[in-house]
Amino acid sequence: MNDTVAEIPIKPRLHETRNGPAAAKEKPATTLSEHIVEIISDSGEGAQRCGQTFGAIASQMGNGVWTVEIIPAEIRPPARSVAGGSGNRIRLGSGRVTNGGNETDLVIAFNEQVLLGRVRTGELKPDCTILLESMWRESRDESIVTSYVETHDQLVKAGYKVIEIPMEHECKTVVADARRGKNMFALGMLCSIYSFDLQVAREQIALTFGKKGASVIAPNVKLLEAGFEWAENNLDFKYRIPAKRSTEPQIVVNGNTALALGVLASGMEICAMYPITPATSVSHYLSSVFEKVGGVVHQAEDEIAACTFAIGASYAGKCAVTVTSGPGYSLKQEGIGLAVMGEIPLVVINVQRGGPSTGQPTKVEQGDLMASIFGSHGDAPKVVIAPATIEDCFYSVITARKIAETFNMVVVVLSDASLGTSQQPFLRPQFSEAWLAPPIDQSEVPEGAKPYDWNPTTGLARRFIPGQPGGEHTLTGLAHDRLSHVAYDPESNEAGLRARSLKLAALQRTLKTPPVFGDPKGDLLVIGWGSTKGAIEEAVENLRAEGRKVSSLHLTFLQPMAPGLKEIMQRFKKVITIEGNWSDDPNGEIIDESNRRYSALAMLLRSRYLIDVDCWTEVRGQPIKPNTIQRVLLDKLKQR
Amino acid sequence: MTVHPTECLLRMYDQHHDLEDYQSGVPRWCTGCGDNGILAAVQRLCRDEDLRPEKTVFVSGIGCSSRFPHYMKTYGFHGIHGRALPVAEGIRMARPDLNVFVNTGDGDCCSIGAAHWIHAIRYNMNMTVMLHDNQIYGLTKMQASPTSPRGLKSNTTPHGAYLEGLQPLTVTLGVQNVSFVAQAVDWIPEVLYDIIAAAYRHKGLSFVRILQRCPEWLPKMLDPWVHDPLKIMLLTHENGLKLSPNISKVYKTQERHDPSNINRAREIASVADPIPVGILYHNPEVPCYEELRDAGQQRSMRFIKAGLEAEFDKFTVWPQDADSKAQPSA
Repeated sequence: MNDTVAEIPIKPRLHETRNGPAAAKEKPATTLSEHIVEIISDSGEGAQRCGQTFGAIASQMGNGVWTVEIIPAEIRPPARSVAGGSGNRIRLGSGRVTNGGNETDLVIAFNEQVLLGRVRTGELKPDCTILLESMWRESRDESIVTSYVETHDQLVKAGYKVIEIPMEHECKTVVADARRGKNMFALGMLCSIYSFDLQVAREQIALTFGKKGASVIAPNVKLLEAGFEWAENNLDFKYRIPAKRSTEPQIVVNGNTALALGVLASGMEICAMYPITPATSVSHYLSSVFEKVGGVVHQAEDEIAACTFAIGASYAGKCAVTVTSGPGYSLKQEGIGLAVMGEIPLVVINVQRGGPSTGQPTKVEQGDLMASIFGSHGDAPKVVIAPATIEDCFYSVITARKIAETFNMVVVVLSDASLGTSQQPFLRPQFSEAWLAPPIDQSEVPEGAKPYDWNPTTGLARRFIPGQPGGEHTLTGLAHDRLSHVAYDPESNEAGLRARSLKLAALQRTLKTPPVFGDPKGDLLVIGWGSTKGAIEEAVENLRAEGRKVSSLHLTFLQPMAPGLKEIMQRFKKVITIEGNWSDDPNGEIIDESNRRYSALAMLLRSRYLIDVDCWTEVRGQPIKPNTIQRVLLDKLKQR
Repeated sequence: MTVHPTECLLRMYDQHHDLEDYQSGVPRWCTGCGDNGILAAVQRLCRDEDLRPEKTVFVSGIGCSSRFPHYMKTYGFHGIHGRALPVAEGIRMARPDLNVFVNTGDGDCCSIGAAHWIHAIRYNMNMTVMLHDNQIYGLTKMQASPTSPRGLKSNTTPHGAYLEGLQPLTVTLGVQNVSFVAQAVDWIPEVLYDIIAAAYRHKGLSFVRILQRCPEWLPKMLDPWVHDPLKIMLLTHENGLKLSPNISKVYKTQERHDPSNINRAREIASVADPIPVGILYHNPEVPCYEELRDAGQQRSMRFIKAGLEAEFDKFTVWPQDADSKAQPSA
């Protein structure tokens, strides 16, 4: 189906359209501090692999990189469809890149329909350079020709710098089936455009296709070289983004792989899961490596079984983990309540997606914070932490396991679809024995010791693990006393609730106040959590460069919250949270202070600290852009 | 190491367990409840098999039957409604050294936990599952359960249950990897004990449906079978149940049934009257999931570190000057 072009907004023409072939071979490279590149194709044409490989090459070259997957919601969306574009977005920089950035500077598109998808969602800069596959101009299907030509002309008219490239034709000079190799041709063009070392690219391809052998590597390298050559000869521009190579080894993985590596490093032995987007890739990767170190990934029959299987494993051994996303997280609630009541350590990883219900499986949202803190009926105190970077994803699992076992609590790790699918290099971790879980206690329990001998100050009690002689008791989800006997008397019920709650306070006492990004006082404090950190700090940095008195604070611990937050907030005239969840627009026609729904973190901060915290949120299924945040903060600063 | 014979005897005495070593508290079940008979049989089994209390875990869900672990002086896990099986599977996966028992009811297993039931049969993890089937919800005060017979009047079916009762044995016998299926009744303690003992000794998931009287809500429902021994069909076989002369004298309706014959087992399973009692199916060859999943890899700090470093190698970008390390090892 060919969509029409009527919806393209006409934008001011900033650059003349240039069509390539006449360009000179020797051309000076324009030096840039950063650039955002996209490669987009029909699903199955390999744009994602091209993007990932390009990101890896850029890392090898020493550039800061942040890559984000562009994922259609369906596995095989129809070819040439606006909603079916699949690909990758790579932000390259001279220094460290902390987020996906703003609009795209340069895009390679394999057809005009998938490109339209990006244009319509406002992802491209007004003067974005578009390298467009031109084969559609010669299609035998007239409707395709019409669509292509109309779209092309409209895009040119709208101010985009469109360059038509006969990718299919050029690839066919190298391989028979261009559909399967165009992505490497595109990769070659990108390497030329960004002045990358072709040899590094060849090596990266060898690494990417390593398992498949030389017969696969050779044609891909040929295509890479063809693309490189074509761009060198036919394009009249070239960029160079000076790189500052790290002197330390760096790891390049996405957030979901980092979470799985964290599971390995935490010493946990059992991961129980049920397939759910966008969390499943954590388990895919873990399944491929866990057995090598004696671990097991159990794919349970449903989310409830995954949670209760992990609870059973935790109860009888080391802390276990279950990995899920929104709908699965809802299903696990009764199990989580049981772990809270029985004081069984448990790590629950929730890679958040758009909700409620099935929502937007492949899109990012920070909608599960309240469900994580308050989920499950009754008072069910849990620890909630949110990684903010890819590196955090790795370490947060290690921290979660430790807290879970020290406090016999449920620890929820709130990642999201953006972190899950983004790549950013981080320092290769130095293995530490302290990461691992200690062997389970099988020592004899002293006579008279009680299974819930709650410390009156901290609420903590030593748990008895099956195998410990003298520790025999029946753990129950019913209200119970210190002997784990079912107890309905008022005193026992209160004692249990108090102890389980106190553990949060005991943990809170051990937390450090998070650092303020920027000055410790000023006009406006921005507070965020999770994957928005990079974008928020970039916006704050830009505003500070303009002389604005803005700082930001990013919370890793959402429950309990670290000490000292109120004192930080009080040093600013205004406080606002930026989050990827719903909040009512205060200017809405029927919205006022008595009915406005605040975002999750703002609500938590307002209720706990009695400070007038405002919020601004976006739920567009995409990472929030730094320039959007910048605009919002400027508005907030100007508000009286 | 040499040990003095006296010390040996003392140790044996120490490690020997009596019935009281497995008894905890006074059961709060109704007088005449079938659960009492099951508890007595299980405690006897623990004593006879000399199971170490600290190495034994009883897992249950919610319902009258699920109070069971509280009355055992072993480890117990009284969890949430319908989820006893996945909890028990997690325990088994983490700890192959423990004896795992599951006590579940007809609501717990065949209704809210039905998905787990099917899959537990398929996993065939080594555990003994007792389905306490009294054909009614007791703890919530008399609602029809999936195994209630059609026409049964209850608080939720005042005009009689609309549907045919679900037969747990035929369902279990229809699932791939089924390895042990038996049926017992609470009012023949000797046979009940023998069946639970055979179930315990089977390696794999042994599923025992125990027809159980509920004196509170259905006091007369099983009377015809309790009072007429001819309405009980005992399954006997040299590879199955061997009957004592006393039992044989009273329960004369018998069938010689080879427990390896699954087709006949399925036919027997669909018979409601007389009630078949005995081992319907036994296949010791079905692999256990926990063993299939055991990659034989030791878990130690050294392996974890080596495994992790190998994974890091796959994803590492080395600094340019570190030539000697420049090639990732993967």
